[in-house]
Amino acid sequence: MTYEFLQEYWWFLISVLGALLVFLMFVQGGQSLLLQKNINNRTREMLLNSIAHRWELTFTTLVTFGGAFFASFPLFYSTSFGGAYWVWMLILFTFVVQAVSYKYRNADGNRLGRETYDKFLIANGIIAPVLLGGAVCTFFYGSDFTVQMDNLTKDPMTTGNVISTWGQYHGLEVLLNWRIVCFGVMVLFLTRIQALMWFINQIDDNDIQEWSRRQIIINTAVFLVLFLVSIYALLTATGLKTVDIHQFQIIRYRYLLNMVQIPAALVAFLVGTLLVLGGIVWTILNTRFRNGIWLTGTGTVLVVLALFWIAGYNDTPYYPSCTDINSSLTIYNSSSSRFTLETMSYVSLAIPFVFAYIAWVWYKLVK
Amino acid sequence: MNDIVTAIDWSRAQFAMTAMYHWLFVPLTLGLGLVVAIMETIYAKKKLNPDTPQTEVNEWLDLTKFWMRLFGINFAIGVATGIVLEFEFGTNWSNYSWFVGDIFGAPLAIEGIFAFFCESTFFAVMFFGWEKFSIRQHCAATWLTAFGASLSAWWILVANSWMQHPVGMDFDPDQMRNVMTSFVDVALSPTAVNKFCHVITSSWALGACFVISVSGWYLLRGRHTQFAINSIKVAGIVGMVGIIGTMITGDSSAVQVSQDQPMKLAAMEGLYEGKQGADLIGFGILNPNKKWDDDQDAMLMEIRFPKGLSILSRHDPDAFVPGIKDIIEGRDIVDGKEINTVNYNERILRGRIAQKALRDYNQAREYKDSIGMDNARAKLAKHYQFFGYGYFGKVDEAIPSVAMTFYPFHIMVILGSWMLAFLLATVWIVFRRREWIGYRIVGHPVYPWLAIITAPIAWVCSQCGWIVAELGRQPWAIQDIMPVQAAISSVGSGNVKLTFFIFLFLFTSLLVAEIGIMLKQIKDKK
Repeated sequence: MTYEFLQEYWWFLISVLGALLVFLMFVQGGQSLLLQKNINNRTREMLLNSIAHRWELTFTTLVTFGGAFFASFPLFYSTSFGGAYWVWMLILFTFVVQAVSYKYRNADGNRLGRETYDKFLIANGIIAPVLLGGAVCTFFYGSDFTVQMDNLTKDPMTTGNVISTWGQYHGLEVLLNWRIVCFGVMVLFLTRIQALMWFINQIDDNDIQEWSRRQIIINTAVFLVLFLVSIYALLTATGLKTVDIHQFQIIRYRYLLNMVQIPAALVAFLVGTLLVLGGIVWTILNTRFRNGIWLTGTGTVLVVLALFWIAGYNDTPYYPSCTDINSSLTIYNSSSSRFTLETMSYVSLAIPFVFAYIAWVWYKLVK
Repeated sequence: MNDIVTAIDWSRAQFAMTAMYHWLFVPLTLGLGLVVAIMETIYAKKKLNPDTPQTEVNEWLDLTKFWMRLFGINFAIGVATGIVLEFEFGTNWSNYSWFVGDIFGAPLAIEGIFAFFCESTFFAVMFFGWEKFSIRQHCAATWLTAFGASLSAWWILVANSWMQHPVGMDFDPDQMRNVMTSFVDVALSPTAVNKFCHVITSSWALGACFVISVSGWYLLRGRHTQFAINSIKVAGIVGMVGIIGTMITGDSSAVQVSQDQPMKLAAMEGLYEGKQGADLIGFGILNPNKKWDDDQDAMLMEIRFPKGLSILSRHDPDAFVPGIKDIIEGRDIVDGKEINTVNYNERILRGRIAQKALRDYNQAREYKDSIGMDNARAKLAKHYQFFGYGYFGKVDEAIPSVAMTFYPFHIMVILGSWMLAFLLATVWIVFRRREWIGYRIVGHPVYPWLAIITAPIAWVCSQCGWIVAELGRQPWAIQDIMPVQAAISSVGSGNVKLTFFIFLFLFTSLLVAEIGIMLKQIKDKK
């Protein structure tokens, strides 16, 4: 196995984990729906019960996504987490409170009250998809950082020796980038649609089925507008191309070109989009159809895979620097060593077995 | 104080606070997980045996489900604090994440892939699979949840042990970082193996003390007596095995620390000047004005065990144990012969030479000067073992806080000794002298009260163990390679201070909530 192959393989694994994470965030989408005013107590409990036992899987996927990024692309971990401090901290705050909410909200002796935990769930349901979506979107539009390896040998107490330095807003500057905000909100509405599909699939209750289908129409309308704007912005965006390991040149329509030049990404994107839209339309039109989640879920995974591929493959830096383009990160200049990637690749062979037992257990649980 | 110094301190405080909160819940998950798995196994055996009376089967089912409920309440908050720790390596220690991410990231990723998915999947079966899985399958899921938790501990302790004793790596000047050269050396380093055993067995002891403590409360109230006795039987055995294992692995830890981190050992004992046949301090009060290079007494008062430290750290009553001053000045005695180790002034000097060689290497590479690169690389390799010392201005900066290492160490040993005595006594009483459980002094039942106070003792003991391990390693993030000031992110102190207080508020609120729910569950048990 060549070093390049290993780097590309690990980007593929990262993209798989990222895609699964976006799909599994239907849990967050469901939580965000608690904000709807026309939900009574009974409906709220039924909705939450249907996603309550899934949050661990989403949570674990997020942790593994972080761990895999750390192991395979440590320079990204170092640069993004240490720099976009507030984005990651806000994500963390909401996941911390989410982790206890399902277990504690109805427990006897719950001193904070059920409503508090429901607010935690709503906060996580809205903030996590928007910020995680926004964080992924910086793969295209970049962030405000520089990487200077030589800093390591400077005096940490006087000049500072941090290799990745950021602008003073530490990630909050993404809120001023309409394209990133639009993308993040789009992810939120996608997770809400997935959650509604999940409710239809899981809950045998006519009122909830009907309510979910109505909600799908409203959420899809918003999602479609955001999706079209985001994709248009992405495909017409300027991006970078690697010239040498730390040298890049600016290319117009970079991601459109990538989509064309990476046929697998184009196919995944088109098929994924069709599956998402097909799942939605079928669910709206056929009131007896309850398996839309599997169509939109598969479609979501494919679209996210395609986005990761056009972000990182074809000599494209997946983390462009807006401050100094030569500090941009590619899968080749930010990865772990060949030895580590190779070792971890053997470990990764166990992933299908892990997925297999998870699938078996969940099949038994929901049967 | 400049902003960099403040940012370092707040980053350390934030990580320490997160770790300490996390460690309130994790040992209970590890210990209680095993206790519940054993209880369910007993239940399953009874259920599958047609001769067992139904009341007995129900008794053990009730036992299993009750402790499982408490396990679940605790598990959730352990998960919540755990994710913060993983991400804080990136958010607050970004230089660290790059400098050793090639080695350190792998155990974290493996932990996610194997341990977290195992835990979270079978955790769901434990709680929601009673009707959907057979008894054997459900019991296996409970064991797998406990196993997953231990596996998770394994990988994170591999990572932590590597910070204490870095092995299986080389520095690559082209990449400006350390790279892994042997996964086996990292994953199976003796430090990691010993640390894992120490942490796991001590967690069993803590989990057992928790179960015995709650059971003690029922005994005190005269409620659920048989339930309490059965719980104490299982927990007593788990706790006894756990605490004996903790003592044995603690002894091995002392030997390893004396070899790999002699400064930490000296700080643990407040030993400034080494000697042959060094005494172990049972307890004492440090002289707060003592400096490493003055002649003041290190202790204001102390109780000593003659030659105890030599026995503990080198398994030889006459062995020389170097003190802080000896280590700084580069003195040690091995096999009766005085030898010179590298003194700290020289280490700092050589660390700076290594750092300069690295700068020269980069410059030579830029100019494509292959001879210059070879020379710089050779110089770097010669002095790299002291690379981290180059970040220090003077030797005092390389000494950990003696008070913050000495006191927790002694508190840990004293409380651990109490746990040993209590757990041995518990097993003896519950299996051989049941009537002693009701023994009273001045009208107060002794055993239940001792049981109740032992749970908080176990937690204090466990926390102290981690304080010794982590503060004793200071000022290093990675022993001898990277001090904490060189490991941080470029985040201003104000940001870190704010997130520190947000986390403090969140964790404290959730801890109060958890305790409230736990107490209610215990109080209202039917």
